[in-house]
Amino acid sequence: MKRTLLLLEFTRFVITVGIALLIGYIFLLFIADEPTEAFKLFLTGPMTTQRRFFEFLNNAVPLMMTGLALSIVFQSKVFNIGAEGQLFFGAFGAMIFALKAPQIPWLHLVITLVGAALFGSLWAFVPAILKAKWKASELVSSLMMNYISYFLVLFLVNNYFRDKTAGALVSYRFPQSAWLSTLSRYRLNSGLFVAVALSVLVGWLLYRTKWGYQIRVVGANKKFGYYSGIKTINVIFWVQILSGAIAGLAGGIELTAMYRRFVWQSLPGYGFDGIIVAILARNNPFLVIPSALFIAYLRIGANIMGRTTGIAPEIVVVLQSIMILLITAEALLGRFKQKAVAKEAMKSE
Amino acid sequence: MLPPFGGNRMKAIEAIDITKVYPNGVVANKNVNISVEQGEVHAIVGENGAGKTTLMKIFFGIEKPTSGEIKVFGKRVHINSPREAIALGIGMVHQHFMLVPSFSAAENIMLGIEPRKRFFSVDFKKMESIIGDYAKRLNFQIPLWEKVLDLPVGVKQRIEILKALVRGAKILILDEPSSVLTPQEVNDLFEVLKRLVQNDLTVIFITHKLNEVKQIANRITVMRNAQVVGTYENKDVTETDIVELMIGRKFEYDIKREPKEPGEILLIVKNLNYFREDGAHILKNISFSLRAGEILAIAGLEGNGQKELVEILTGLREKATGQILLNGDDIMGSHPWEIRRAGVSHIPEDRVEVGCALDLSIAENLISDRFHLNPFSTRLVYKKKHVIEFAKKMIKEFDVRAKSSTTMVRMLSGGNMQKVVVAREMTNSAKIVIANQPTHGIDVASSEFIRKKLMQIRNEGKAVLLISTDLQEVLQISDRILVLYKGEIVAHLRNENITETDLGYYMLGVKRQSEEQIKESVNL
Repeated sequence: MKRTLLLLEFTRFVITVGIALLIGYIFLLFIADEPTEAFKLFLTGPMTTQRRFFEFLNNAVPLMMTGLALSIVFQSKVFNIGAEGQLFFGAFGAMIFALKAPQIPWLHLVITLVGAALFGSLWAFVPAILKAKWKASELVSSLMMNYISYFLVLFLVNNYFRDKTAGALVSYRFPQSAWLSTLSRYRLNSGLFVAVALSVLVGWLLYRTKWGYQIRVVGANKKFGYYSGIKTINVIFWVQILSGAIAGLAGGIELTAMYRRFVWQSLPGYGFDGIIVAILARNNPFLVIPSALFIAYLRIGANIMGRTTGIAPEIVVVLQSIMILLITAEALLGRFKQKAVAKEAMKSE
Repeated sequence: MLPPFGGNRMKAIEAIDITKVYPNGVVANKNVNISVEQGEVHAIVGENGAGKTTLMKIFFGIEKPTSGEIKVFGKRVHINSPREAIALGIGMVHQHFMLVPSFSAAENIMLGIEPRKRFFSVDFKKMESIIGDYAKRLNFQIPLWEKVLDLPVGVKQRIEILKALVRGAKILILDEPSSVLTPQEVNDLFEVLKRLVQNDLTVIFITHKLNEVKQIANRITVMRNAQVVGTYENKDVTETDIVELMIGRKFEYDIKREPKEPGEILLIVKNLNYFREDGAHILKNISFSLRAGEILAIAGLEGNGQKELVEILTGLREKATGQILLNGDDIMGSHPWEIRRAGVSHIPEDRVEVGCALDLSIAENLISDRFHLNPFSTRLVYKKKHVIEFAKKMIKEFDVRAKSSTTMVRMLSGGNMQKVVVAREMTNSAKIVIANQPTHGIDVASSEFIRKKLMQIRNEGKAVLLISTDLQEVLQISDRILVLYKGEIVAHLRNENITETDLGYYMLGVKRQSEEQIKESVNL
């Protein structure tokens, strides 16, 4: 029974992706001069050159980490969607430590990244404490924190850390001791290994430790957890702090590896895409790895198509979003599932 | 003279080969065939999970059958929603009433179909006359303009019935209508049902109270395991026959309560008072004591403060006054984890909402109160292997019918789910077990099993506080009985030579003991 359902789930996924691609293709028929060519680029683009392949992997790094951050809060049925703001604030934290901490090799980088995690969890602390003390909806407060993070960080960076010699609105460049290395000529973000390792670690935490057990119990039924003697308020609080730390770290890694300055003038959107990654992974930290890779592949494939065919970038985003929309639509093909379940159940009777 | 039922009468509603499989794979109805004739009271009996409610939901358009067909007055129909069911002349009175508490009785009855005057204002006069017509035919007394929330349950039920009738119901489905009523109100309800069928309506009556079935039904359909066992004329079957058809085997009670000298006092409750947020005085000066090796029952009709009392004792509800002394410490206002650590275990009334996590495995549900202890966890690591091992042992000991220890609790029947809860709450180190309605709504065999287990832990020296509305259960296993009526203890009885009727008088508030008689429970 379990295997049938798993197979069904997988088939469902393949079929939905198929349908999404088909709709994407039809869409292209109307707007592209050479739809087949464009479509091929979209599908195979990230695989064609090493540079593109690394671009795709690099894109997956922050997605994986924000997806991870969100999957654990969603596991406990807390809808803190503040990963975007936490990532942004974490990146700001990384910048502070990168620019101000003593430049001791290795240690400087560690301090910078820990600082990023610290700033991220600091940002998660606000909705977490509001929830624990006054039962404020974490959905609302975390969303508000995203805005606060955005404008506050921009204000601070542009007024106090701006590199006036640079041609754009960016911070001073980080000293080399705070760089996270990139590999090969095409700059593969070594944060990829951190993200994968962290996913496995968090998966282990969730399924193989007593804290993870509490998180899962609280997520499955909070009343049951409280009745059983679990301090549900504490669990909900700490899970948000942990999530914030991971999201903050994502911001730190992105800056120290890819940009080596604070470069963002708008929210990068990884925190919101992380929601998609988490949902697609069914909030399972292990599945966050393939899920983030998948979303990154779609993103980069579409970007490559946009760059090489001249299809307007706005259209590319629309196309991406339609596909993600279809893929995450749970009920799609639900009827097949119902039929299979019925058949299976009658058989085993 | 009409032909007898089961013959050539007009069929009101028929189910032909109905099968229903829920999305989680539970087969709730399997090739169900049933035919209800016009003008009869047709009882459908069966244990919880036998598929009665699902079948009614299909009749009323709440659920769609996976296969099979429905005929209403001989015509094949597809019922996609309650709206369509009502249009076909099917009405349903749910177990939990669907009324707007702040509206008057009349407004509730005519909700959505109010007669209008010009400029859209409601024509209250016409409303009164329409309802009056129906009420007169059935000999109803209803205070039309009183708010529903102030009315007693029996009256609310009549409002529900009228609601269905004014919408043109020819077939009336009543889901467990007597479970919320006192014996007197049940009699009134039956009078109403008789008058309904005299008016050529058809009544489908779902219940698991067999004496009522014998009293009112023309024909009885018995369901077991999602299937129909058969339809019988009332006169052809006895209550014992029906029980055996329901559970599919011979049945006899065999719990023995051996006399036992109770041990030391473990729990003392003194002057416990509780006011609800709206100011209602829910619990009034509750005092009692509980000893090791005894079962103390708190009997009473539902809604007399039992739920609140249990929640206060287990730390799930705050803001009560008085003392709860556990080994001399006052635990009033403590958190659930503190009370559990102090040695109080709790079988909650609502196993689905509180007692388990449906989407976790049986094994994970069994250790929720001890996951942090040896051998289930070290300082950090959760030891799945030991948890599974323990679960296997529990599944065997408590006779949980499941495919494996990693099966999700959602997949279990009510009885097996309850056994998981009971297994957890009886095997921890607690000396006191508070069992709130431990056999409510589960099958006969599981109920019997759970009562035996309660008796067993009592004999082993644990103290059991049994909260129950089931008088048979109370008389069967308890040593002492407190009766709770409107938040007060009105009687304290030793379970020696008392009958259900005796208890009934106290439960209805007709009789009560003097203060001195009751005090005995504290100063034993």
